[in-house]
Amino acid sequence: MPSEKKESLESLKARIAELARKEGQPLPEPVVATLAGRLRRLKLTANEVTRVVQEVARKFQRAEVDPYESVGILAAQSIGEPGTQMTLRTFHYAGVAEMNVTLGLPRLIELVDARRVPSTPMMTVYVDPKVKSEREAVQRIALRIEVTNVPDVATVGTVVEELKVVVAPQPALMRARGVTRDEMEQALRASLDVRLFEMRSGTGSGEGRSFEIRAKEMVAGAVKSKKEESVEEMPFKQLLLASEAAKAVRIKGVPGIKRALIKKESEEYVIYTEGSNLDGVLSIPGVDASRTTTNSVFEIYRVLGVEAARAALILEANRTLAEQGLGVDLRHLMLVSDMMTNEGDVRAIGRHGISGKKTSVLARAAFEITAAHLLRAAIIGEVDELKGVAENIIVGQPITLGTGAVNLVYRPVRAASAPTEVA
Amino acid sequence: MQQGLSKRIKSLQFAFLSPEEARRMSAVKVITADTYDDDGYPIDMGLMDLHLGVIEPNLRCRTCGGRVNDCPGHFGIIELAMPVIHVGYAKEIKHLLQSTCRACGRLLPDAPPSRPEAVYDSEAAPAARAREPKEERSCPFCHEVQQRILLDKPTTFRENGHKITPKEVRARLERILDSDLPFLGLNPKFGRPEWMVLTVLPVPPVQVRPSITLESGERSEDDLTHKLVDVLRINQRLRENRDMGAPQLVVEDLWELLQYHVTTYFDNQTSGIPPARHRSGRPLKTLSQRLKGKDGRFRSNLSGKRVNFSARTVISPDPLLSINEVGVPTEIARGLTVPLEVTAHNLEFAKALVRRGPTPPPTVEGRYQSGVNYVIREDGQRIKVMDKNAEACVELVQPGCIVERQLQDGDVVLFNRQPSLHRMSMMAHFVRVLPHKTFRFNLCDCPPYNADFDGDEMNLHVLQSQEARAEAKVLMKVQEHILSPRYGGPIIGMLHDHITAAFLLTYQNPKFTRSEVTYLLSKLPYEVPPPAGTEKDGSPYWLGKQLFSLTLPKDLTLEFRANIWNRCTCAPLHCPHDAWVVIQEGVLKAGAIDKKAIAYEKGAVLDAIARNNGMDRARQFLDEMSRLSITAISLTGLSTGIDDEDVPEAARKEIAAGLEEVRQRVNDLLEQYRKGELEQMPGRSLAETLEVMVRRELSKARDQAGEIAGRYLGMENPAVILAKSGARGSMLNLTQMAGAVGQQSVRGERLLRGYYNRTLPHFARGDLGSDARGFVNSSYKRGLSPTEYFFHSMGGRESLVDTAVRTSRSGYMQRRLINALEDLKVAEDGTVRNTAGTIIEFKYGEDGIDPTRSFQGEPVSVDEILAAVLGDRAHPVLEAGPDAVDGAPVVGEEEMDLQAEAQLEEETEDEEPEETGGEEGPEFGGE
Repeated sequence: MPSEKKESLESLKARIAELARKEGQPLPEPVVATLAGRLRRLKLTANEVTRVVQEVARKFQRAEVDPYESVGILAAQSIGEPGTQMTLRTFHYAGVAEMNVTLGLPRLIELVDARRVPSTPMMTVYVDPKVKSEREAVQRIALRIEVTNVPDVATVGTVVEELKVVVAPQPALMRARGVTRDEMEQALRASLDVRLFEMRSGTGSGEGRSFEIRAKEMVAGAVKSKKEESVEEMPFKQLLLASEAAKAVRIKGVPGIKRALIKKESEEYVIYTEGSNLDGVLSIPGVDASRTTTNSVFEIYRVLGVEAARAALILEANRTLAEQGLGVDLRHLMLVSDMMTNEGDVRAIGRHGISGKKTSVLARAAFEITAAHLLRAAIIGEVDELKGVAENIIVGQPITLGTGAVNLVYRPVRAASAPTEVA
Repeated sequence: MQQGLSKRIKSLQFAFLSPEEARRMSAVKVITADTYDDDGYPIDMGLMDLHLGVIEPNLRCRTCGGRVNDCPGHFGIIELAMPVIHVGYAKEIKHLLQSTCRACGRLLPDAPPSRPEAVYDSEAAPAARAREPKEERSCPFCHEVQQRILLDKPTTFRENGHKITPKEVRARLERILDSDLPFLGLNPKFGRPEWMVLTVLPVPPVQVRPSITLESGERSEDDLTHKLVDVLRINQRLRENRDMGAPQLVVEDLWELLQYHVTTYFDNQTSGIPPARHRSGRPLKTLSQRLKGKDGRFRSNLSGKRVNFSARTVISPDPLLSINEVGVPTEIARGLTVPLEVTAHNLEFAKALVRRGPTPPPTVEGRYQSGVNYVIREDGQRIKVMDKNAEACVELVQPGCIVERQLQDGDVVLFNRQPSLHRMSMMAHFVRVLPHKTFRFNLCDCPPYNADFDGDEMNLHVLQSQEARAEAKVLMKVQEHILSPRYGGPIIGMLHDHITAAFLLTYQNPKFTRSEVTYLLSKLPYEVPPPAGTEKDGSPYWLGKQLFSLTLPKDLTLEFRANIWNRCTCAPLHCPHDAWVVIQEGVLKAGAIDKKAIAYEKGAVLDAIARNNGMDRARQFLDEMSRLSITAISLTGLSTGIDDEDVPEAARKEIAAGLEEVRQRVNDLLEQYRKGELEQMPGRSLAETLEVMVRRELSKARDQAGEIAGRYLGMENPAVILAKSGARGSMLNLTQMAGAVGQQSVRGERLLRGYYNRTLPHFARGDLGSDARGFVNSSYKRGLSPTEYFFHSMGGRESLVDTAVRTSRSGYMQRRLINALEDLKVAEDGTVRNTAGTIIEFKYGEDGIDPTRSFQGEPVSVDEILAAVLGDRAHPVLEAGPDAVDGAPVVGEEEMDLQAEAQLEEETEDEEPEETGGEEGPEFGGE
């Protein structure tokens, strides 16, 4: 019976999945999807479809892993071996020529180490679909994300004779950054220590009118903190303090985001940032939280949870390897990520992470800090069950993986004496 | 004896050694600090007492009566005059003292918690322990007011500034109740806390600390013995002084000295005390040092062991060997043996073997014959077979004994090259005993071992048991590793000359005469096929593609783009550039065979054969192809020299003009920069903007020069053939030789280091022009100017340093990865579990597919199956490309690959304009 007209993709998929189940070999979704995509464009009889699915199921079964395969070692080797072929240098990010991102071996090591902060934190911020193709709107969001400090839009100077700090806003810079004088004033007022300093408007007019910061007259007899006392004694130090404080004031932006650049990518504008602060950026209105991402795995773990962190690890590791032109099967990366996130948080590969928590004393002693592990083992009367690889190598018996995991018992039977007995 | 079952240690229990047990297991109480008397005989109750074991040939152990090889050694004991702290447990003792009452030894209520599992938690444990009790506490049981305990590292305890002697410490620890111990993180079943303060010191057997006799006849003692002598000496003095009632001060000084010696006996790198030194000033290697680190017992002797039945020598290539074989020099074959168990069935054979002796003459045909080195009698006695006693040895051979036979053709051996970075670094080969002194193997085996022949050496191991041989044959044979588990493609394949040869054989389908064809097929098991046609003069001719097709399986059907494909859009069967490879029913219809077809990591043909026709057929293909290609290339010959990069005068002028123009453009940019007219890039400073733009110009310049030079380098040029077929080198290498070398860089920047504000004194300060910042206008062929040469060396140096640093960094990363993942295995239910049984993945890789058996990562190749099941009817979908769904004109996978590749190339070229030949860089000067 030739399939009439065009069957819908979904029903074809269901049909294939059902056929495969009947074969005793359920197929994973991606395989079913590809197969359906192909078959749909061919006019096939039901019989032919069955034959194709049977063959797919048969080949699929043939490609399955063997029990007791040492998949861990396989994964470690598959990731470690190409490490020798990687570069040690930082390259520009493929998207934006203006930004440097760590790639190659250092990045891979960083991922495996589960560092809290990557050496070059970076975010890819996608914008709400409604405004994603409007450059102006995206630029506005970028400005809200990018940190603007006082020195970015104003000159901070000191007048030593008068013991004051002068903050002179630069209207041109302020326009470029989308900052108003009021915002700056608010920010300054909010972050300067009111017990130490007082602020007044200074010379100039309009947006360019400066602020003057002076030390506050101390109220006699008031309880003074140590800092206050020292400030009182040394007016110049106090001046320096005021100037430093003014320079550190953040007017707007998400903390940690040093720069935000926008770039057109096919149909939309995307913001790339230097520095990363996932929760901070996600809370900015207009940001598409479902697509925005960062290269800091730890931040993803903290904000989105461990499953997201696992996915991020796989993605980042795969990207790092692919960028170097090294093909590594995704399953290896998955296994490493699954191992790192198995306990519900992101743990490093190494002494402080997975290796330090192995159950075997001997395996831990053989890895690093030998003596400490042995001494500790005696205190709590630890038992080494000799289930792993390293322990069994140490005591000199077959390992428990692969052919070592199974036993073959052969009972030779003397043919003449007991011919009926089955070996 | 051999029941097919083997004994297995089930588990190991760690525990404290109690003083009583130490005494019980001791064979002798050591009291004399001396070792040997004047005659060189061990002194009784000394450190070399004969009760401790023997290391000299003609002495017997007084404990077990065994000789050197039978006596395992026995512990002795030193009774310490006063107790001393065990360094390794100082912190633990402090914790115990702080947590228990100083008077009654009961647990204090606010003791810092110590869970047994916290011990595993290296981060949490010290934090918990470090928490010092703040306010003054008193014992709820006896109301004793507690004092603040300080640990004065490494082993001195103070209470309110007063020293607590180890004796007092021990007394306090003794008072702790067994029932309180679990709360303190100790297990009372395996030790009492007071055992952390030593009253006796076990003396290890002499086998652990053998003395060595120098050539001068002088005896030199082991470091441990030296340390024990120190302990004994001070122990003796302390006892004497104490018993004589010497002043408290003297006793305390000696006590402290004893503590020092015992401390350094355990760990000579304890911080806070000077390491004990040998007379020569070298720090002693004591117990902890023996275990620790890369050369320590654990990593050097327990995790990796030395083996017998192995050999190592230089390697060299032999294209006539199968990929499964290894050529072993006769001399090595005579030294390596395979045990042959003699039974009633092979008795006569074994006898004949032994009769040959250890150096049998070659056979009549002049072939190597294996002999016998040893006969092992049933009682375990080893008898060396020599030419003289061969006949006598024959008499010894009887069922039950073992004959150690020399290596012969067909034996299975393991072959390995370090560093062993993946499992393909150690594979099983079949032996071929050959003359000369190197190990030889087929060139296709180079990539998995990462071997070349510039002096590399490799190791060979002979398997000694039936199980091992069976496993090696089934799992480790080279042919079983053609497909790599890393990416589901071939890792063993053709390289270099093979590719050039296959290319020359198939590109534009050259004609061959009868004599040529006879020669070409002389190393192959094929008859000369019928000629493809006849020339005008009537002589028959054969075609290259026809000859290549001989090696293909008859059911192979394949279509793909060759490496030489340069984005032409011809019909597959009628591409004038031979860039579309079409194989139908095992016949190469069109296209040139190059890197994409047969090389390792890429080879589509190889991949298809391995997956569809099995590993045996893939091995056969590789064996035949390496023979065919080596004969083919020796027929035509291919050589390249410096004049291959010659370009006509006109081209040289054109290149020079182009470079001059770019120099001018760079100068214009500099001018704009100086005048401040340069438009700043967002997020970049002006200087950075200038750098980006200059670099862009200069990289264009190199490409332009290369492009001009490339026009004059056609397919008739051998170097171009090498590059285009993917055999070796790239067009970039060629254009650097013919056109211009281009920008040199360090850390991805144009050169800027050297003198103040300039790279070299040849330039003005602050010169940002192309020449002053490392642009090399010359080509390798023309030669570099002195400044250019210097710049080029700067770039070259960086890539050398890079390689050196990279190897160590990636080595450590791999060690950590292996250590973290080594225990994971797929359980029978398809889950991935660790040793504790924790599930790491519910289904391996989410689909349970072995990457080795996958189709480039996909579980199955849907297209292949469609083609196989439906034949031609599947064609419409296949042509549309793998990603085409619903007839949408989607770009084919390969095309995307190419686009990505091209993009990548652009980027890397942009960033890495130098290409200093870093790949070969670190290899000059031998291995």
